[in-house]
Amino acid sequence: MNDGVILSCADLNALIESLRAEGRRTIGPVARDGVIVYDDLESIDDLPAGMSDEAAPGHYRLARRDDDALFGYAVGPHSWKRFLHAPVQRLWRSEGERAAARVLAEPLSQEKTAFIAVRGCELAAIAVQDRVLGEGETVDRHYRARRDNAFLVAVDCGTANGGCFCVSMGTGPEASGAYDIALTEILEGEHRFLARAGSEAGQALLRNLPQRAATAEDIRAAREVVARTAQHMGRAMPVGNVRELLARNPDHPRWDDVAARCLSCANCTMVCPTCFCTSVDEASALDGSGTARVRRWDSCFTMDFSYVHGGGVRSSVSARYRQWMTHKLSSWFDQFGTSGCVGCGRCIVWCPVGIDITEEVRAIQASERETEARHGNA
Amino acid sequence: MAMSETASMGGVEDRTIPCVGRVSARRIESSDVVTLDVETPEGPVRYAPGQFNMLTAFGVGESAISISGDPASGRLTHTVRAVGPVSRALCNLRPGDAIGVRGPFGVGWPIGTAATRDLLFVAGGLGLAPLRPAIYAALAERSRYGKIAILYGARSPDSIIFRRELEGWRGRFDLHVEATVDHALDDWRGHVGVVTNLISQVEFDAEQATAFACGPEIMMRFVAQALVAREMRESDIHLSMERNMKCGYGQCGHCQFGPFFVCRDGPVFAYEAIRPLLALREI
Repeated sequence: MNDGVILSCADLNALIESLRAEGRRTIGPVARDGVIVYDDLESIDDLPAGMSDEAAPGHYRLARRDDDALFGYAVGPHSWKRFLHAPVQRLWRSEGERAAARVLAEPLSQEKTAFIAVRGCELAAIAVQDRVLGEGETVDRHYRARRDNAFLVAVDCGTANGGCFCVSMGTGPEASGAYDIALTEILEGEHRFLARAGSEAGQALLRNLPQRAATAEDIRAAREVVARTAQHMGRAMPVGNVRELLARNPDHPRWDDVAARCLSCANCTMVCPTCFCTSVDEASALDGSGTARVRRWDSCFTMDFSYVHGGGVRSSVSARYRQWMTHKLSSWFDQFGTSGCVGCGRCIVWCPVGIDITEEVRAIQASERETEARHGNA
Repeated sequence: MAMSETASMGGVEDRTIPCVGRVSARRIESSDVVTLDVETPEGPVRYAPGQFNMLTAFGVGESAISISGDPASGRLTHTVRAVGPVSRALCNLRPGDAIGVRGPFGVGWPIGTAATRDLLFVAGGLGLAPLRPAIYAALAERSRYGKIAILYGARSPDSIIFRRELEGWRGRFDLHVEATVDHALDDWRGHVGVVTNLISQVEFDAEQATAFACGPEIMMRFVAQALVAREMRESDIHLSMERNMKCGYGQCGHCQFGPFFVCRDGPVFAYEAIRPLLALREI
């Protein structure tokens, strides 16, 4: 599990083949509709070779690279959340007399999966969702089953896009955490992958692949990839205690400022790899023979989200933005002992008006410092 | 027999699955409030006063409803106001009808730790429902407590719930019961005004009293302030919060109230813990 081995592109294909031979559904990055999404992969030919993602606040475009990198992008709009915490999940159905005699629990997913190219920030996001849904007093059975059935192939980031700020969140660009196999794509010289196992399952799989031992030169080149990506990261969460900063600023005028820009469209919550909120709907058969309860992703940006008799608790956009950002960066610690942000930058990139969570933190922090300075001078 | 396959699938209890109960009795409390007794296949139920269940009207939906009965009875009792499609469907259930039950959820009133103290129950409207199990529990062991006062505010005389019971309690020498209404016609001889006004009419030892309040948020805020003005400690005042809830155990995100999940960390909170949040708008 230490220094790792070197796989060629063909060997990488053999990795995908082995996972498929185990009966796993292999899911990974695919360029489609002008973005990189996570979808079924049959071989390395389905990977977005030579593609990169050019991102900025409210902006995302695929671009051609001048090489054949298979993982030469950072992150697209999809996260692995959609395969672990399903966007739509039936929980139970009822049947019998007046559609209410028996309640039958929805069977658990038996599907064995392999996620190809899980980024460092995404491993961190999975760890966050494990805490929220997969561990503790109440375990979500559906999440747990999907999580237990997933084999994680992580890939270190060889490039950062304009949204990324994982270095400042301590989650990347190197893959660390609960992966089964981690890869570093090396483009310098021969196109190859440094592979290391992170679990016994990963080790067993890796052992049976065609490979060669990694040399000191391979390891140096792999370290170089990660170091270069870290250096080129243009964005950062401001240093300082953001948790405390937001906890003591619920009345800050910046919330109204951001609300004037925010469309409360919920994009940020849909693309966020850790946002976990859900709602439930009742689905009835037209012939009255049965009903079902269906859970679906929800967002704290909708008016309905906080509805109680008499109206929504958070009717202003200002209150809803404050809820989202304060939860993500501050009260998440109170609830789950960790930040809810992993620095993937999706909320910045997929915000139609380009609201940047790091900039909003910086603005609140800066105004506090100004106030302090003024009081200091007075 | 109505059955549910809640069971321990894969060794993990699935709290999303309701058990199928049956309505055994239905009582009309007021024009839009109904009390339902519910029998569940598991038999007698155990819950703490102040806890709630998620009740399903099959084919319509689910709603968080406090338990309003006597905890010693082993029976589930819920009092529901018809305000939306789900609560209306629940109110329309008749004896024998199926009803989905998940729970009980949440943290209840700390009635057990209030022994020897004076108790003050302050309710607004339907807020009397989640307080009633605590009142029953206190009356079941009346001698363990000091003075007990029940202050109740309703919109109008005909919206008073548990009326006969309140009148019965009012006739006891070991209870102080006061009721007030927001507005009334000529035939009302009682108090008119907000429930906070009644606080000045009760005697209690502020040092040795515990207060339990439930009602609209704004009412609870003023009640807490009035009690603090009577020199009660913030840690001795307990409020039951209401928020949108979908799951009941802190995973759907809807009931967040600052760092708290009202369903899991509440619904009953010490005023001391939530006072800063109550002062914030739209939190």
